[in-house]
Amino acid sequence: MTAYLITSVSVVGAAPTDLLIRDGVIAAVGPGLTAPDATVVDGAGLVALPGLVDLHTHLREPGREDAETVESGSRAAALGGYTAVCAMANTSPVADTAGVVEQVWRLGREAGLVDVQPIGAVTVGLAGERLAELGAMADSAAQVRIFSDDGHCVADPKLMRRALEYVKAFDGIIAQHAEEPRLTEGAQMHEGEVSTRLGLIGWPAVAEEAIIARDVLLAEHVGSRLHVCHVSTAGSVEVLRQAKARGVRVTAEVTPHHLLLTDERAETYDPVYKVNPPLRTAADIAALRAALADGVIDVIATDHAPHAVEDKECEWAYARPGMLGLETALSIALDVLGPEWDLIAERMSRTPARIAGLTGHGVDPAPGVPANLTLIDPAAHRTIEPAELASRSRNTPYARMTLPGRIVATFLRGEPTVLDGKAVK
Amino acid sequence: MIKHLLSGGDLDADTATEILDTAAEMATVAGREIKKLPALRGRTVVNLFYEDSTRTRISFEAAAKRLSADVINFSAKGSSVTKGESLKDTALTLQAMGADAVVIRHPASGAPHRLANWVDGSVVNAGDGTHEHPTQALLDAYTMRSRLGRLAGLSVAVVGDVLHSRVARSNVLLLSTLGAKVTLVGPPTLIPVDIAGALAPGTNVSYDLDSVLPNVDVVMMLRVQRERMNDSYFPSAREYARRYGLDGPRMRRLPEHAIVMHPGPMNRGMEITPEVADSPRSTIVEQVTNGVSVRMAVLYLLLGGNNR
Repeated sequence: MTAYLITSVSVVGAAPTDLLIRDGVIAAVGPGLTAPDATVVDGAGLVALPGLVDLHTHLREPGREDAETVESGSRAAALGGYTAVCAMANTSPVADTAGVVEQVWRLGREAGLVDVQPIGAVTVGLAGERLAELGAMADSAAQVRIFSDDGHCVADPKLMRRALEYVKAFDGIIAQHAEEPRLTEGAQMHEGEVSTRLGLIGWPAVAEEAIIARDVLLAEHVGSRLHVCHVSTAGSVEVLRQAKARGVRVTAEVTPHHLLLTDERAETYDPVYKVNPPLRTAADIAALRAALADGVIDVIATDHAPHAVEDKECEWAYARPGMLGLETALSIALDVLGPEWDLIAERMSRTPARIAGLTGHGVDPAPGVPANLTLIDPAAHRTIEPAELASRSRNTPYARMTLPGRIVATFLRGEPTVLDGKAVK
Repeated sequence: MIKHLLSGGDLDADTATEILDTAAEMATVAGREIKKLPALRGRTVVNLFYEDSTRTRISFEAAAKRLSADVINFSAKGSSVTKGESLKDTALTLQAMGADAVVIRHPASGAPHRLANWVDGSVVNAGDGTHEHPTQALLDAYTMRSRLGRLAGLSVAVVGDVLHSRVARSNVLLLSTLGAKVTLVGPPTLIPVDIAGALAPGTNVSYDLDSVLPNVDVVMMLRVQRERMNDSYFPSAREYARRYGLDGPRMRRLPEHAIVMHPGPMNRGMEITPEVADSPRSTIVEQVTNGVSVRMAVLYLLLGGNNR
């Protein structure tokens, strides 16, 4: 196994030092390290963060390998600075059995670019009718701990209560896609001034907030862990703030796009901006950013959602919702938060690793810890060209935007997955 | 002149007035024995209709033919569209056939905007989903102007299912541009959120038809689909008709000069009673006639007929 000596790198924003990586772990940290056998990586001007961890990735395999595979999504993740991603269950077939989650887990191991941690479906076929075999998925080789029907809300309150309770047996967590389905029938975009002007059916903020309010009360009642996916409204932030103040065991994530883009993007009717939950208003963005800074929102998660060209190059109403995120998330975080490296490490690595139970990830580089880390050039800027992305799909909402920051290298257990900004395999 | 007509908001006051003035000239053609001008000879206009709408399609067809254009009717029914051809592929096909203008009716809001990315010719929105129907707004403005002599300062009530109405959106935008004052009237469930901010500042909203009627010059009744009551927008067709339908007694609350409009097709007995629809105040048949003149003007101006 090759040793790597990263010189003069700022670890999570601290004064420059050297990092020696050997045998999959950080062997030494300190200025002036020497290791004649090691490959030297010039870290001058770069920032080292614990490898990023994504709680919310759609890898599309099995079922839609034309849009993304575990391998192509893993490569996109590594290029985005990630060392672990949690793969959502809405594949075809749905990841609602031990067999499917083990298949995804095995594909991730074979690709070997990031740790792929499957998420299991809460209900059979995501249909919201009866519980999937959650225990079998937990006991499988994939060791599933997060369960989600993402793409669909577990809308039935009794079923949600049972799911929250049941997973306590193996320290599981339910990640809820908060969307009251009766309030969003046919919904195409955020309900507000722009939806009125565009004549598109609105997705009201209350449809998210009502479910979060219900679920934090259910989680409190049964003493379970709840995670809220892709929080998108100012009202949701207030519900979460109150729940956390009461001590409810709830965590929440926000996507990069909900921190940056508003519903006005829909005015072109270009479905690259169609996403669920939809892009909201500038006031929502301000509330989400504040919540991310003060900890009411715990995590930035990408909701990376690749879609084939034909599913986006069509009428808005017929397009599938979702956008790419893995290769741009760090840049958006840097743009939105500034060079607040400790905060970025907290929201994009340490906390998501803790929520997902991924030991070995989300740990700052220090002697003896697994060498899962990423090196960022914060001074670089890059213009996003969809054709240059590693994802099989091209549905990035940031096309031709210039964003700050560039991932220079990523290491997974001491092996580089990205060097000089390029995927190693 | 603008290249496409996708929204009532695409038109500034000068352009809209030019279209209405041109429509007045076109109207004189209809009175001739030979109702035809050579203006668009050799040009191809495609009517691309993804929804059944006989009245709008034949209005555009008559308009294009009176200008001597070649007209191709492309109906979604019985075409490759039902076999799953995408809008983009259809657009490329029309492009390859040399369409100078595509008139599109589509159930999805914004489809004409998408189409405009994929064809070189002009795109005319003939109604998209619950978004807009700009030529309807132009023919409504034309009808108001010819009946009442002006648009600036007129008070117009638009009554009914504003939420799902492409006619209402285009009318609010165009009438505001031309200086009329619009009040939207309907049950709160059928008035979209933030309508004034979304479309035109100064647009009023009322839930009380009776209080609005004595102060308007125009009342425009919108079609209300009976299916809406199955989705809890209102309790029953009868309750809707009682609160928001225009019947004889209500009509008599209007000022003497006020006119009653409807874009058709009407639900007689729902939003409008036969007594009102067939009264001298009603402009419903005139609107159909004016539609052809206005669409002639739009095609003529978009295709640069005035430059030749």
